[in-house]
Amino acid sequence: MTRWIGAKVPRKEDGRMLRGRGRFVDDMRPPGTLHAAFVRSPHASATITSIDLEEAAKTAVGAFTSADLGDPFLLAVLERDEFTPTRMPLLAGDRVRHVAEPVAVVVADDPYAAEDAAELVVVDWDPRAAVTDLRSAADGPAVHSGLTDNCVVDLVMFDDERLDEILATAPVVVEAEFDSGRVAALPMEGRACLAEWDDRDEQVVVHVSTQVPHQVRSGIAQALGLPERTIRVIAPDVGGGFGLKCVVGREEVVVAALALRLRRPVKWIEDRQENLTAAFHGHEQHYAVKAAFAADGRILGLAADIRCDIGAYSAYPFTCAVEPLMAATELPGAYKVPAYRARGRGVATNKPPTAPYRGVSRPQIVLVMERLMEKAAAVLRMDALDVRRRNLIDKFPYAGVNAISYDEGSYRESLDLAEKKTSDWPAECDRLRSRGLLAGIGFSCFSERTAYGTPTMSQRRMRMTPGYDTAHVRMDPTGEVVVTTGTCGHGQGHETTFAQIVADQLGIDPGQVRLRQGDTDLTSYGWGTFGSRSIVIGGGAAGKAAGVVASQLRRIAAFLLEVSETDVELSEGAARVRGVPGAEVSVAEMARLVHFQAHQLPDDCRYALEARQSADPPGTFSNATHAALVSIDPGTGGVRVERYVVVEDCGVVINPLVVDGQVRGGVAQGIAAALYEQLVYDADGQPATASLMDYLAPTAAEIPPIQIFHLETPSQHSETGAKGMGEGGTIGAPAAVLNAINDALGSDFDHIPVLPHQVLASSGGNR
Amino acid sequence: MTDMQLISLTVNGDEHTLAVESRRTLVDVLRHDLGYTGTHVGCEHGICGACTVLLDGQPVRACLIFGVQADGCEVRTVEGLADGDELSDLQQAFSRCHALQCGFCTPGFLMLAEAYLAEKDGRPADEAEVREVVAANLCRCTGYQGIVEAVCSVAADRAKASG
Ligand code: FES
Ligand code: FES
Repeated sequence: MTRWIGAKVPRKEDGRMLRGRGRFVDDMRPPGTLHAAFVRSPHASATITSIDLEEAAKTAVGAFTSADLGDPFLLAVLERDEFTPTRMPLLAGDRVRHVAEPVAVVVADDPYAAEDAAELVVVDWDPRAAVTDLRSAADGPAVHSGLTDNCVVDLVMFDDERLDEILATAPVVVEAEFDSGRVAALPMEGRACLAEWDDRDEQVVVHVSTQVPHQVRSGIAQALGLPERTIRVIAPDVGGGFGLKCVVGREEVVVAALALRLRRPVKWIEDRQENLTAAFHGHEQHYAVKAAFAADGRILGLAADIRCDIGAYSAYPFTCAVEPLMAATELPGAYKVPAYRARGRGVATNKPPTAPYRGVSRPQIVLVMERLMEKAAAVLRMDALDVRRRNLIDKFPYAGVNAISYDEGSYRESLDLAEKKTSDWPAECDRLRSRGLLAGIGFSCFSERTAYGTPTMSQRRMRMTPGYDTAHVRMDPTGEVVVTTGTCGHGQGHETTFAQIVADQLGIDPGQVRLRQGDTDLTSYGWGTFGSRSIVIGGGAAGKAAGVVASQLRRIAAFLLEVSETDVELSEGAARVRGVPGAEVSVAEMARLVHFQAHQLPDDCRYALEARQSADPPGTFSNATHAALVSIDPGTGGVRVERYVVVEDCGVVINPLVVDGQVRGGVAQGIAAALYEQLVYDADGQPATASLMDYLAPTAAEIPPIQIFHLETPSQHSETGAKGMGEGGTIGAPAAVLNAINDALGSDFDHIPVLPHQVLASSGGNR
Repeated sequence: MTDMQLISLTVNGDEHTLAVESRRTLVDVLRHDLGYTGTHVGCEHGICGACTVLLDGQPVRACLIFGVQADGCEVRTVEGLADGDELSDLQQAFSRCHALQCGFCTPGFLMLAEAYLAEKDGRPADEAEVREVVAANLCRCTGYQGIVEAVCSVAADRAKASG
């Protein structure tokens, strides 16, 4: 009966976007709106000796310091002894910890005037030495008083005591260090918010470009000491998030506080410079790894010491432990690792805090594992794909050494198919070489745990534990349906894919299903959209709720048609009696009866056609193999990705258009992390990448066409059989590209991004 | 700063006369003074192309132009592409090829592609050229493939139609 799931249904979202009628935060401008501009620190570390607002206050409508607002702060907590919570002040009061940290805010009738006024704020600074380098951070001054070694979280997750013995006796031990650069999520719409007081509801209504409206509400409530009821957070159209918008920004809370205080609408639209220098970053990590291999290529043991540069504060609500925890827990990935030890540390530096940017440590751990496979193969003189085959998980469910039970997947099959689909690549490399270029091929295999529910998330011991989500399905008197969900799309096409899931349950057209999301007053408390959770958890809940409504419809039809409920099926807008052509009643007719003439129905059929259901799975495991073919210009060191293949398995594909789009966008971000993007800081903590002139996001000229092949292993843990897949592209690409570069150059790069001058230095020795 | 100038401009066929500060960018005039919020701002420094509009038929970055420079000009924005309810061929192709996800970059790409296709005047396009053209703008969601495909398919259709 499944009809819409799996179909290339064109997106409902497109019409308004293509007409320029999307509604993003900055498109809203209620009368009397004030515009906020933040005064930001020019120093990475400094004591504030005074802030003088007098001149600014003359031209602005208002100017405020932290003290004026009551010194509010955001606090993210992990309930572990190994974690030190750090208060993130909304505005720094006595001390700044990174360049561009906000210390004051002014509001004016116009954004130009607000910026003018912000320039009139005079701050006296007493600069201090900054900690900027992850590797030497332990020896620097404390970023927060009370921190030893600048370590905010230090977790020994696994510690197999057999490991020393294994490393001492194994035929092959590979020892290496890996690094990945600090990057920006860089949604095309920066952060944005508009808050206004609503007298009627006695609420401050905050429109925020966010992935997590309920957490923004909780953050505002906790920081300002308000009941949650007094705050309504609405995410209108959101121009990309990629994890940057799944944490709460201090500016968003400040704007809400100002709207409350001034009883006027207040707006803040982040500019690109702020986005690059003051917003949350991601992925700056260092790994020191030892891996033992048997003579036949099997991995025998793995030990990793992982450090993540978390910047100056823990982001709310996830804390800075997201990256070290993910890395230390999931490093083994798609491979059978019998003995494992991992330590994951989050290290504070005088740089902006990090957020769970798309992929969260998995681009790095996949890079580590895939480089290890290559290195072991080189030592053993084996084919690197065969080494992978020896180690890939091939029996399910698989109980990992990392206490993870792996859901059914197609790890071997995806590698086999990727190899087949790239069989003409060696010839392509020869062609490129005959043109004077260098060329190489790289692979990466990974499993991507997605849709983490509370059973999994609770192991992290966050004070606020995400995981569940709730959906409500309600049919109106014309037989059309409104679905609400706590997940919150920002480009993933939820309005379309949720409608497909619900339409299949109810036997109606997806055009008759409307999704409401991103409004804390309309939806049950939910965790928003991140961690590739929405279609599995939010869509699963919606499917369950629609299933309840479907059974109500079947019961009504059974009464009307005088048959047993089990003989009724819903399809094409009607309830039909199986095997009896013409015996049917339309869904619209039943909806009309329920609402307008309930007295005509028996008791158990009245007041029906709505349901609320939750979903909270332990998690699903997508998997994929990526393959990249690169060419390198030996004259410039420029690397080009010529061909790219993805074989991916995200279980049941709800909408192939959407899935392919997610994969392609993710691969583009992964290629970017491998070759172009890096936020650069000097030793004093000054950013050198404050504009898109310096921070190189790839264009259509750099991203090749990406060929995608699907395998479908449905997940038992998901209502629809779908697995989360929003991050896979980003996860697989850096390793595949890096392996291809090393193949082309005969080099041994273990870091990203690999920049042209490094390629030149390496290929110089190679020519 | 009250250095105001009176300017007149036509947007999608409608005439507007208004007073603007000389330092006010065209994109702010369009979005906030005139309410054409379809045009977006992604960087305000000329790199991302989200603010691309047609100024007397030429694609320009509206964040790099002052409103006063558009005095007497004809501006086309994304709101002017559809014919009533009917989406243009290019808009339809964007949806068909999944050339948009969050949709934030989309108006800029549409206006850029519109100018390119007008300049081609029905001559067939090749993919490499289209890639080079759309490389003027940034999209963070799609990996560009859908955008390239959409523009190529419209170029092919228009070439066929013009025989
Ligand atoms: S906003 Fe004008 S180019 Fe980016
Ligand atoms: S569709 Fe989101 S930036 Fe292009």
